[in-house]
Amino acid sequence: MAEASAHDVTSIQVRVMNKLAVENIHKRYGETEVLKGVSLAARPGDVISILGSSGSGKSTFLRCINLLEQPNQGVIWLDDQEIKLRPGKHGMLRAENQKALQQLRTKVSMVFQSFNLWSHLNVLQNIIEAPVHVKKVPKPEAITKARANLAKVGLNTDVEKKYPAQLSGGQQQRVAIARALTMDPEVMLFDEPTSALDPELVGEVLKVIQALATEGRTMIIVTHEINFARHVSNRVVFLSEGKIEEEGPPDEVLARPKSERLIQFLSGTRWHKDT
Amino acid sequence: MIDLIKQYWQPFLWGSPNHISGLAMTLWLTVASCVMGFALALPLSVGRAAGPLWVRWPIWLFTFVFRGTPLYIQLLIIYSAIYGLDFVRNTPGLGAFFKDALNCTILAFTVNTCAYTTELLTGAVKATPRGEVEAARSLGLAGISLYLRIILPSALRRALPAYSNEVILMLHATSLAFTATVPDILKVARDAYADFYLPFPAFGIAAILYACLSLTFISLFRKAEQKWLRHLPTT
Amino acid sequence: MSGYLQQLLAGIVVTIEVGTVSLLIAFVLGLVGAAAKLSSNRWFAMAGSAYTTLIRAVPDLVLMLLMYYSVQNCVNAITDFLGQPQIDIDPFLAGVSVLGFIYGAYFTETIRGAVKAVPRGQLEAAAAFGLTRWQSFSRILFPQMMRFALPGISNNWQVILKATALVSIINLHEVIYAAQAAIKGSSWPGGAQVLFYLSAAALLYLVLTTLSNFVFSYLEKRYAAGFERMAR
Repeated sequence: MAEASAHDVTSIQVRVMNKLAVENIHKRYGETEVLKGVSLAARPGDVISILGSSGSGKSTFLRCINLLEQPNQGVIWLDDQEIKLRPGKHGMLRAENQKALQQLRTKVSMVFQSFNLWSHLNVLQNIIEAPVHVKKVPKPEAITKARANLAKVGLNTDVEKKYPAQLSGGQQQRVAIARALTMDPEVMLFDEPTSALDPELVGEVLKVIQALATEGRTMIIVTHEINFARHVSNRVVFLSEGKIEEEGPPDEVLARPKSERLIQFLSGTRWHKDT
Repeated sequence: MIDLIKQYWQPFLWGSPNHISGLAMTLWLTVASCVMGFALALPLSVGRAAGPLWVRWPIWLFTFVFRGTPLYIQLLIIYSAIYGLDFVRNTPGLGAFFKDALNCTILAFTVNTCAYTTELLTGAVKATPRGEVEAARSLGLAGISLYLRIILPSALRRALPAYSNEVILMLHATSLAFTATVPDILKVARDAYADFYLPFPAFGIAAILYACLSLTFISLFRKAEQKWLRHLPTT
Repeated sequence: MSGYLQQLLAGIVVTIEVGTVSLLIAFVLGLVGAAAKLSSNRWFAMAGSAYTTLIRAVPDLVLMLLMYYSVQNCVNAITDFLGQPQIDIDPFLAGVSVLGFIYGAYFTETIRGAVKAVPRGQLEAAAAFGLTRWQSFSRILFPQMMRFALPGISNNWQVILKATALVSIINLHEVIYAAQAAIKGSSWPGGAQVLFYLSAAALLYLVLTTLSNFVFSYLEKRYAAGFERMAR
């Protein structure tokens, strides 16, 4: 009998301990296979950074977790419950019904690279939209939560009535984080949260994400910021050409890379081992 | 229905040498009014874009009135109202001109398309990138030269998609000519209907003829756009 | 003369009624047509394309007469067959149905362009936060789409307004019909009365189009709230 390893997410003991477990995700676009069997398990409080070069499939993988992308194959477990998937058009998997999909998405929140704040709603309306209309939270309660989360990301009530177009990139992304927080999610997904920001605005967003990490939230972050990954995460995953090349604690993976591709990747960036 | 086609196919397409009708008449109406309207619109649009206030304002009023009222009313006024005026009837040149239905119709269409085309071209002239104009000025080009060699060529190319739309709309608008007894496609269709009481073939054939004309014009303009708008970046 | 002026004003009311009802019908058809053209189903997309291409290739007057006389003929055939007295199709109904149907094709293009102008990310976020398809459409897509669609809607409205003049040809008692009636019954010398009444009709239309311009300008400013203020 094979030994249960950290990768063996099908082992019952390991599964029960996981907040989120994703197994053997395959994703094909036409002829090209972008994800070739990627598995990931996140325990409560894990902060996992996913690194990789462009085209490695890291964003696609993240988006398969909340089914924004439909995988061709794979299993998703959230808090012990399997998210039942059934084949749909062109052999891609979808949630078994609208209700189950909604449930998944209320528990797994996403922060996008291009913020995606709803441009016709002001900041407060952006944050309470989903809690009120999806989770059916009463409006006053949602507003209170929203204000608390705005404060948490370092924005004061002045911005409440402003529209996204009137805010800087850093402010917009922080509002987006507050929006994701107000759903009280079990897991938070970050898809390259700082890639679209001007360099001087990156810091304020990273600070917020770091604060969330220390709170004990379960987070999966796709990022280019290697220094940040090292400081904030307790696990780093390196994805290359649709497969996990290396995985482990940041000090191990980043300071002592083993695979050829990871060494190349790190040398191509301004990563300093001693920082 | 076959009888209808047998009897009316010729009037639908071109009529007879003394009495042009149908497709030929519609084409003539469209081309004549568009060409004359465009020729008039060129100087008018330059005046509107760059002239002094006493030039800009009357031109604006002209386009405002003729774009804000239905072509049908304009046609009725030119065809029935103007000739009805005593002083028009009694002046020899004017009287003869307005007596003829075809003259009135083409005049009405020309004035109408001129108004729309003027607005269109003015917009295109105003949208000339400032950099191009500044560069031309810094090289010493000014006045008429500036317009003829730099601004208008650029503006005309930019206006092509909108102008092609205007021509198609004008083609459709000529269907009003029958109200002034001009024998265009729709008039022949109405005659055929009055004769046979078969609306579907009578008006259906008219619809098909117009559709063919429209699609031909559209493809001609598309070719023109490919040739002349090659320099623009693709969105 | 005051009787005829009253008729003219009544005609204006009819014009506005025909215009508004046609606009509503055309807008709804435009939503359906745009949905068809944007759908991933090939048949729907082709049907939508056929609708917009064919309708826009034929003059509205021709379509109007075709539909009006064809339907009238059908109804006559049915009443003859049933031995009933002839029913005349109400010109108002005929007018708005035809105008609505024709301009639905133009609205399809307007709405399609507006939908495509909404950034994909807006709908992605809506999906990611669990909004249902209907909520995504009504709360996120539709408001943003309207902002892009307003110029096109304003344009189409102006065209529909002027097209209502054509409905007088099938005997609808709108402004031009009233003007022509006034001319027939008037006792003024020479052609002056023709000029007067037709010019009055023209002026009324001009007032309508100018007012519409103001209304749409205002609407465009309101819908653009929050978008234009930050200089980026």
